Amino acid sequence: MELPEGLVAVVKADCPTCRLVRPVLDELGAHVVSEDDDDGLELSYRLGVETVPTLLRVRDGKEEQRTVGWSRRGWEAIAETAGFGAGLPESRPGCGSRTLDPGVADELAVRFQGHRLRSRRVEFSILEDEAEAMYDRGWSDGLPVVAPTEARVLRMLGGTARDPQDVVAVVPPDLVPCTVEKAAINAVLAGCRPEYLPVVLAAVEAACTDEFNAHGVLATTMPVGPVVVVNGPVRRRIGMNSGVNVLGQGNRANSTIGRALQLVIRNVGGGRPGGVDRAAHGNPGKVGVCFPEDEEGSPWEPFHVWRGFDAGASTVTLFAGEGPRGIVDQLSRDPESLARSFAACLRTVQHPKLPMIFDALLVVGPEHGRVFREAGWSRTRLLERLDALLQLPGDELVRGAGGIAEGLPPSVAGATLPKFRPGGLLVVHAGGGAGLFSTVFAGWASGPTGSQPVTREVGT
Amino acid sequence: MKVLDPTSERAPAERARVARPPALAGLTVGLLDISKPRGNVFLDRVEELLRGRGAAVRRYAKPTFTKPAPIDVRHEISTQCDVVIEALAD
Repeated sequence: MELPEGLVAVVKADCPTCRLVRPVLDELGAHVVSEDDDDGLELSYRLGVETVPTLLRVRDGKEEQRTVGWSRRGWEAIAETAGFGAGLPESRPGCGSRTLDPGVADELAVRFQGHRLRSRRVEFSILEDEAEAMYDRGWSDGLPVVAPTEARVLRMLGGTARDPQDVVAVVPPDLVPCTVEKAAINAVLAGCRPEYLPVVLAAVEAACTDEFNAHGVLATTMPVGPVVVVNGPVRRRIGMNSGVNVLGQGNRANSTIGRALQLVIRNVGGGRPGGVDRAAHGNPGKVGVCFPEDEEGSPWEPFHVWRGFDAGASTVTLFAGEGPRGIVDQLSRDPESLARSFAACLRTVQHPKLPMIFDALLVVGPEHGRVFREAGWSRTRLLERLDALLQLPGDELVRGAGGIAEGLPPSVAGATLPKFRPGGLLVVHAGGGAGLFSTVFAGWASGPTGSQPVTREVGT
Repeated sequence: MKVLDPTSERAPAERARVARPPALAGLTVGLLDISKPRGNVFLDRVEELLRGRGAAVRRYAKPTFTKPAPIDVRHEISTQCDVVIEALAD
């Protein structure tokens, strides 16, 4: 759409300031663009006008300057002349542009930005209930989903600076390139707000690395899924909950970001329960688990800093975990006693006789964290102590030991084996302020042959 | 209501299966070990039985059971074998 040369004013009929300056516009010979007709509304939308009147100076087809509302000085600068508008006050604020009116904004976005969306349009008939129609098409994880209309997807894409056609990752199991647009559509389904989208994109990217191995995490008969830990300023910016009921329901960002990732794997990657997903039991967290670390209340440096990122960066860390379970210790007031409690519980991850096969993610609650803070124990010191406490005698691990057939071959008898491979235990801090509890997510087949925790920075 | 398709919009490629051979004698059968513990014990027995029926057997292995077979392994199997038995035990 071409811009008229010279002075251009965008106005609307029901704006008193627009009516006030009308004689001035005639006096200046300005080109008047009215938001009350379709062409004018389109031009206003394309110019990004938020307030009317907006006065612009256009030279050689390019906008050089603009001012909003009526201000004699501002208008004189744009018009490069003076002495007009005799009798008008010195200034008068403008009104909101029609392009921002409720309903109109979405309609204009679809009309003028809709072509940026490449996905197939699916039209439900008037006899179809859209919620039922989406279940019927297999787009849902079993819970209701939000209909991904063009307007909603465009609003979602407003949450990122990335081009809708950028490829975020190649998603297993079908190995399909997932664009920002497809991720945004699934984020709408999941119930995300636009500002969550960069976190969703980072989670999708992290999940689809060879290290994290989303294919295996999906395909396994074990009850694991991606657990997303969020760090950095984005946690507060999008209103995540790192406190009371951190791993539970009730916070929109916590509840929908992990779900968006799982819907991407389902809908884009083609990974569905009973298809490539062969979990014997699964766990309720496979709908999606995402939580932020409580960095502010932590006795330690933020988890992402410990993993080598800047404190000012925002990150997601993906861990292949099963459902969380509690660790109760209400009596330990010194770190050695509490570390021993942790070790006793961590030994049981997946099976007390199986060492080095499974990682774990330990979520230390604030009241337990306080014990380590007051004693001056760093995260590293806690990990070193846990490693020492979790050196397991091979005699207890061999098949048949303790009257249990499960275990390691007889060759490990007499040896000592650590419960966790080096780096296989991760520690974060989160939870409500009352309760001498922590929580552990047991992991899946660890290391290069299974899944390794992956951290990715959240972009814009 | 008009919505955007959240799926990959892909139609799976369909290829016709190779005709089932009347007998295995003289054919090469590929056996892929997915690298689960003791999978080799099971495949050793399968190999023994197949050889008893006059089939040649070639053995392959995935580096890890948690990831899809690398493309090189799939290519080798498709070019070196007449028959593939696809199965998974856990």
